[in-house]
Amino acid sequence: MDVTIKKQLQKTACNIRMGVLTGTFHAKSGHPGGSLSISDLLTYLYFAKMHVDPKNPNMEDRDRLVLSKGHCAPALYSALAERGFFDKEELTHLRHIGALLQGHPCIHIDGVDMSSGSLGQGISAACGMALAGKLKSAPYHVYTILGDGEIQEGQVWEAAMFAAHYGLDNLTAIVDNNGLQIDGKITDVCSPEPIDEKFRAFGWHVIIMDAHDFDDIERAFNEAESITGKPVAIIQKSTKGKGVSFMENQVSWHGAAPNAEQYEQAMAELRQQLAELEA
Amino acid sequence: MADVKKKATRESYGEALAALADKYENLVVLDADLAAATKTGIFKKACPERFFDCGIAEANMMGVAAGLAASGMIPFASSFAMFAAGRAFEIVRNSIGYPGLNVKIGATHAGISVGEDGATHQCNEDIALMRTIPGMTVICPSDDVEAKAAVEAAILHNGPVYMRFGRLAAPILNDPETYKFELGKGITVREGSDITIVATGLMVGEAAEAAEMLAAEGISARVLNIHTIKPLDEELILKAAKETGRIVTVEEHSIIGGLGSAVADCVTENYPVPVTKIGVNDEFGHSGPAVDLLKEFGLCADNIVATVKKVLGK
Repeated sequence: MDVTIKKQLQKTACNIRMGVLTGTFHAKSGHPGGSLSISDLLTYLYFAKMHVDPKNPNMEDRDRLVLSKGHCAPALYSALAERGFFDKEELTHLRHIGALLQGHPCIHIDGVDMSSGSLGQGISAACGMALAGKLKSAPYHVYTILGDGEIQEGQVWEAAMFAAHYGLDNLTAIVDNNGLQIDGKITDVCSPEPIDEKFRAFGWHVIIMDAHDFDDIERAFNEAESITGKPVAIIQKSTKGKGVSFMENQVSWHGAAPNAEQYEQAMAELRQQLAELEA
Repeated sequence: MADVKKKATRESYGEALAALADKYENLVVLDADLAAATKTGIFKKACPERFFDCGIAEANMMGVAAGLAASGMIPFASSFAMFAAGRAFEIVRNSIGYPGLNVKIGATHAGISVGEDGATHQCNEDIALMRTIPGMTVICPSDDVEAKAAVEAAILHNGPVYMRFGRLAAPILNDPETYKFELGKGITVREGSDITIVATGLMVGEAAEAAEMLAAEGISARVLNIHTIKPLDEELILKAAKETGRIVTVEEHSIIGGLGSAVADCVTENYPVPVTKIGVNDEFGHSGPAVDLLKEFGLCADNIVATVKKVLGK
């Protein structure tokens, strides 16, 4: 990847992470850990990959994204605000009464393609969108992001079977493999491993990706784009809480908001990262 | 009613979809390995390029329907009521109802008249489940003519619709030449002044027959066909409450949460009159021929007559 572009994406990712913290801090609840692990992915998709137009959010041929792991809405909202779909100020009202930004993604928010949050459902809706694209010979691509804990839901595998059966090569599912879920390590709770072999067995093309390296992210999506006749699963190896030292790999940050002191510390760390990138 | 033609409303559903395929090019039909039974197979034959079998995976089917609708298609997702409304309830609620997507659910084999398959497949809870979802329209047609008209009305309505069809052949009571289906508007099948029988689906025919029998005994029973349970035609029901003073509801569904509950809610809040519910009591069904089961569970003209007389103290 071009060095200048990469640096710009890294800076954008920093800003998106700051939005995640701002949102969950003001909400006094929410899910920062998994939001931070998909922040680089969302940065790449919304700033380097997807064909979307903030001025025309319902554009018919736009690429679509379904956040199947809907509890990571703070990252999606932050990315959409950064991209210009709505004012960043909205993040400070996340989860408040009367606010635009609901606790989980809602289709009525500009830029949000599907309501989601009840785990295992988003990938099915993404399949339906991809199927509609095939029926209409539309040029759009559909992305869906799943949690590695989420794939314990049986519906995910119903959808996986469906997508392969109908050859939905306009669908890419990204599994955020940060290894942690609410009750602990995914391998301790009820292991979904080996994730790659499962998707392969269901007829998908599988790519392993470093979730926090834009060169590798670009490589993975270029490979995904070259695949025809079958859907693609990208297993992104990620760090829960990525970018904030005290949140990294800590399951306790799955669904807890930072207090004022923690918020200041996290923001200071991210501002420092941003300053280093700008230096 | 030996001379009356009969047809199962599931058959009408499949035929209507096939007949409307060319008229509505965004119409897509999904099934979950039951196309032969839900009769979406008739559509599949007419329009194979817009038919998708999802396999025995109803949760995913409802989600796929949601995604299709979010991308401008008009999907009909079909299975037995037990699986469409029961197994997939939470997907219907969160992926279709909450985003308000334009998905039509064609649920067949509803109620006790499933017959021999027994309790696991006799869904007496679907109306109750579906009417709790905000924005969901719930339709239960009574015969072939009404079912076909309802399918097109569902297409023309922008929003989620749950349609309930039966396995058993139902008498064709409506005249296709004159019948007009209006979403949310009940039909006065017969005028009457002593009591009102409010029925839906397969029970409309039984209610009409009961009214005929009651007339022979000097009792004037009004019969209302409530094909749309949600939104309920409150005006028609309250008019009946005011003019006849007593209501008996009849449905092939649990007495908890269905048509009877909807009618009771309506009159209790607006014009309280006694409401007596005929339906499946708080119990599971069992195997047996449909017609015998309907009799056993009191879903027949004879029991409607007996109930009405009891209510009137006659």
